[in-house]
Amino acid sequence: MAPSDKVLATSPGGLTLAGEIPSIETVTQPDAATMLVRRILGHRSFMLAAVILVGLILMAVFAPLLAPHDPLGQDLLRRLTPPVWGETGTWTHPLGTDMMGRDYVSRIIYGARISLIIGFCAMAISGVLGTVMGVCAGYFGGRVDMVITFLLTTRLTLPVVMVALALVAVAGSSLKVVIFVLGFLLWDRFTVVMRSATMQVRNLDYVRAASAIGCSTRRIIFSEILPNVLGNLLVIATFEIAHAILLEAALSFLGLGVQPPTPSWGLMVAEAKDYLLFEPHLVMLPGFAIFTLVVAINLLGDGARDIFAPENRN
Amino acid sequence: MSALLDVRNLSVDIPLAAGVLHPVQKVNFWVDKGETLCIVGESGCGKSLTSLALMGLLPKKAIRTGDGILFDGMDLLLQSDRQMADLRGNRIGMIFQEPMTSLNPCFTIGNQMEEMMLRHRRVSRQEAQDRAVYLLEKVGITGAARRLHQYPHQLSGGLRQRVMIAMTLMCGPDLIIADEPTTALDVTIQAQILLLLAELQREFGMALMLITHDLGIVARVADRLAVMYAGQIVEQGKVEDVFAKPLHPYTRGLLSCIPVPGKTERGSHLGSIPGIVPSMIGDIQGCHFRDRCPHAWMDCAAGPVDLRSLDELRAYRCLMSPKDSLARADALELAQ
Amino acid sequence: MLNFMAKRVLVALLVAFTVSVIAFSLLRLSGDLATMIAGEDASAADIEIIREKFGLDRPYYIQYLDWLKSGLQGDLGESMFYPEKVVDLIETRLPNTLTLAAFGLLFAMGLSIPMGVLAALRPDTWVDRAALTIAVLGQALPGFFFALILMFVFGLYLGLFPISGNDTYWHFVLPAVALGYYSTPAVMRLTRTGMLEVLSSDYIRTARAKGLPTRTILFKHALRNAIIPVVALSCVQFGNMLSGAIITETVFQIQGIGKLAYESISRNDFAVVQAVLLLVACFYILLVLIGDLLNAWLDPRLRVS
Repeated sequence: MAPSDKVLATSPGGLTLAGEIPSIETVTQPDAATMLVRRILGHRSFMLAAVILVGLILMAVFAPLLAPHDPLGQDLLRRLTPPVWGETGTWTHPLGTDMMGRDYVSRIIYGARISLIIGFCAMAISGVLGTVMGVCAGYFGGRVDMVITFLLTTRLTLPVVMVALALVAVAGSSLKVVIFVLGFLLWDRFTVVMRSATMQVRNLDYVRAASAIGCSTRRIIFSEILPNVLGNLLVIATFEIAHAILLEAALSFLGLGVQPPTPSWGLMVAEAKDYLLFEPHLVMLPGFAIFTLVVAINLLGDGARDIFAPENRN
Repeated sequence: MSALLDVRNLSVDIPLAAGVLHPVQKVNFWVDKGETLCIVGESGCGKSLTSLALMGLLPKKAIRTGDGILFDGMDLLLQSDRQMADLRGNRIGMIFQEPMTSLNPCFTIGNQMEEMMLRHRRVSRQEAQDRAVYLLEKVGITGAARRLHQYPHQLSGGLRQRVMIAMTLMCGPDLIIADEPTTALDVTIQAQILLLLAELQREFGMALMLITHDLGIVARVADRLAVMYAGQIVEQGKVEDVFAKPLHPYTRGLLSCIPVPGKTERGSHLGSIPGIVPSMIGDIQGCHFRDRCPHAWMDCAAGPVDLRSLDELRAYRCLMSPKDSLARADALELAQ
Repeated sequence: MLNFMAKRVLVALLVAFTVSVIAFSLLRLSGDLATMIAGEDASAADIEIIREKFGLDRPYYIQYLDWLKSGLQGDLGESMFYPEKVVDLIETRLPNTLTLAAFGLLFAMGLSIPMGVLAALRPDTWVDRAALTIAVLGQALPGFFFALILMFVFGLYLGLFPISGNDTYWHFVLPAVALGYYSTPAVMRLTRTGMLEVLSSDYIRTARAKGLPTRTILFKHALRNAIIPVVALSCVQFGNMLSGAIITETVFQIQGIGKLAYESISRNDFAVVQAVLLLVACFYILLVLIGDLLNAWLDPRLRVS
C-alpha cells in the first residue's frame, strides 16, 4: 500500500497518522511489593537459614518437652557412655553421656537456650546503644559526631576478648553479667553502620524538606530517618547476634562465662577438652552446634542484606 | 573490496533476565585505508558496542555473530584471543571516551606508554621511551620528557586524552577506533583534540573510525558517515552527499536539530524528534523508527526494512524511494 | 599530607591515653582490689598488708599517674605471681605472640588473596560460590573449636604437628592456622570485591585494548590497584590477631602475652593485665597508622598533596 496522495499533516513536535499503525511494544515490570516478596521467597540461602533458625528456636523453646533427661542430672555410674553409633551405645542416651554422667542430647538441646538468650539480649543492648550513638552522630554531626567517633575509635582499639574477660572476672561470672558485658562491648558495628546510613538519609531531599517546613528534630529522626535505615539495622542486628554467641562461647570456654553446671555449648567444649583423644564427640557435638547456629544466622544476615540493603553488599 | 576494514552483518546479542537484548543488528560498513568514517547516532543506538565487538572487547555475556569482520585479509571473528591480543594496540588502536579513568592511576604515563610498545615490538626500554617522548610532543604536550614520570592524576582531562592518543600511536596502527573521544571534555578542548586527530591522521596515514553523536564533528573531520539508529545502520554515504540530501527521516531529524549560522533564522523552531528510542529487547517488527517518523504508514510495520543501495557508497534503510523521500521532506518543511 | 598525619597521630595519642585509663580502671571496678587479690579466706590484716604493699591505699588518680609515669620510663610494675618485673615478663613472651600473629597473617593472606582473585575472575561460577561459602563457614567456626579440631585431626590423629608449647617453628603451624582462618573471609571478600571493581574499570579496558597479555593485565594492572585496601585491612587484622591470640595460646599452650593475660586475669594480677591490655591496644593503634601510611604509599593519588 503506497502512501496516500493526501499530504499527512503534522503539527510541530507531534504526529498525526492516517489509521492505526501498531506501535513498538514495551517491556513492563511487576510492582514493588510483589518483587520484594519474590526476592525473599526466591532467596534460597535466606529461606534455608530461616528454616534452620526457626527449628533451633523451637528446639530451645520446647526444650523441656524435647529433652529426654534432665541436663543437670548427674549419674557417675554412667559417665562417658558412648553415643548410639558407638559399640556400647544405646538409644537411652543417643549422644552418650559426659564425664559427669549427664545426658548429652539434653545438654545440647538446653544449650541452645543459653546461646539464643545471650545472643538476643546482648544484641538488644548493644543495638540500642549503638543505634542511638550512630544516629546522633550521623544526624547532628559536628562536635557530637567527633565525640562519638572518638569513643568508637577507642572501643575498636580495645582487645574485646581480654576486656570482656577482665570485666567478667571483676563482676563475677553469670548469665546476666555476660549479657551486659557483651552488650556494652559490641555496639561498634551498630554505631558505624547507623552513622553512615543516617548521614546518607539526612542529606536526601525529602528530609531537608521536612526540616524546611519546621518539623521537630525528634519527628524527623523517628518518621523520616529511622524507617529508612531499618534495612541496615536489621542486617547488622543479625550479624551481631552471631557475634555475641561466638563471644559467649569463647568466654565460657575460658571459664569466665556461664558457670557449670549450666549447659553452655562453649562450656561443654571446655569440659570435654581433656577427653579429646578418646571421646572426641564430646567436643565435636557442642562445637558443631555452635557452628550450625552461627552459620544459619550469618546466612540469614547475608540474605537480609541482599534483600533489604543491597547497596551494602561487598 | 580493497577496504582495510570490512564489517559484514555484525550482530551483538546480550541475554538478560527480561529477554534477549539486540543492541547491534546486522550492521554492515567498511573503512578504506587512510579515510575517516564517522558512525553517528544518539546514546543507546549501539555504536559503542559495535566498536567493542570489532576489537573483541565485549563483556563476557555478549554474543557476537556475523558473516565476517575482515581486517586486511584476516577475519577477526575467527581469531583466537591470543591472536586478537597481538592485533590490539599493534594494528588496531582504540581511544575511549573517559580520559579521566582510562589510565591506570598507579603507574606513570611513561610506564604505560612504554609497555604498549614493549609488548608488540622488540625494542629496548630506551627506544620505547624515545618514541613516547616523540609522540607526546606530536600531540602537543610540552615538557614531554618530564611528563613521562608523572602520574595520570597530575594531568587535566584534555592532557590525558592527548596522552591516550599518543599512546595509541606508539605502534603505528593502521586503524584507530575513537569512541566519542571528545564528549567528556570541555567544548573549547574538543575542537583542539579533533583538529589534532585530523592532523595526525593526515601525517601518519592511518584510517580513523570515529564514533560520535555530534554532527558538527562529522562535518569537520569525516570523509564518510554511517548513521545508526536502534541497532541498525539507517543511512550511509559521503558526508557532503548525506548532508546535502539526507534520505532517511532520522538523518533529516538529526540535521534539523542543529542550528546553522547564517541559515537558521532567529525565532524559528529548532527541529526535534519526538518520542524515544524503542527498547531493543526481543524482536521489533518492521522499521525501528516508525514510532517517531512523520511519514510512517501501514507497510512500515509489516516486515523488516532492508538497506537500499543507490550506488557503491550510498545506502539508506527506508521503504520510500529517494524521490518520494525528498519530496515529503520538502512538504514537511513547507508545512512548518 | 604531613598535616593530615599529624592530626592522626594526635588522635592516636589521645586514644592511647584513654585506653590507658580504661586498662587501669578495669580491674578496680569492683571496688576493693586488695580484697579481690587476697581472696575469700583472707583476714582483714592480710588485706591491709596487700593494700600497703601494692600502694592500693592511695587515691586512684595518684595510683594512675604513678603508673603512667613509671610506665613511660619503662617500668610497668611488678607481678604478684612471677618474680620478674612486668616488663621482663612481657619481653620474654611477646616474641612468641608476634611470631604466632605473623604466621597467622601469612596463612590468612596466602589463602584468601588467591581465593579472592580466583573468585573475581570467575564470578557467579562454582569457584566463586565455593570461595564465598568457605568464607561464610569460616566466620561461623568458633576459634577455640577450630583449634581443637586442628589439634585432634592433625596433631593427635595424624600426628603431623606438635600440639603444645612453642619450642620450634613447627609448633606454630596449627596455632597459626587456628588464629589466621578467622581473618580469611574478610580479606577474601575485600580482595574479591576490589578485583571485581578494578576488572570492570576503564583502565583495564584500555589495557586490553592495548593488547597486553592476560597475565600482565591481572597482576600488573588489576591486582596492583585492588590490593591497596587489602594491605590496610591486613594491618588491622594483624592487630586483631594479637588480641585473639589469647584463646589460641591457651589452647595450644604457647607462652605468649595472650596466655599471660588470661592467667593474670584469672589471678587478679592487675599490673600484668593493665600492661598487656595497654600494649595490645597501642599495637593496634600503631598498626592502623601503618595501614594508612601503606595506603598512601601504594596509591599515587594519595601521595602527592
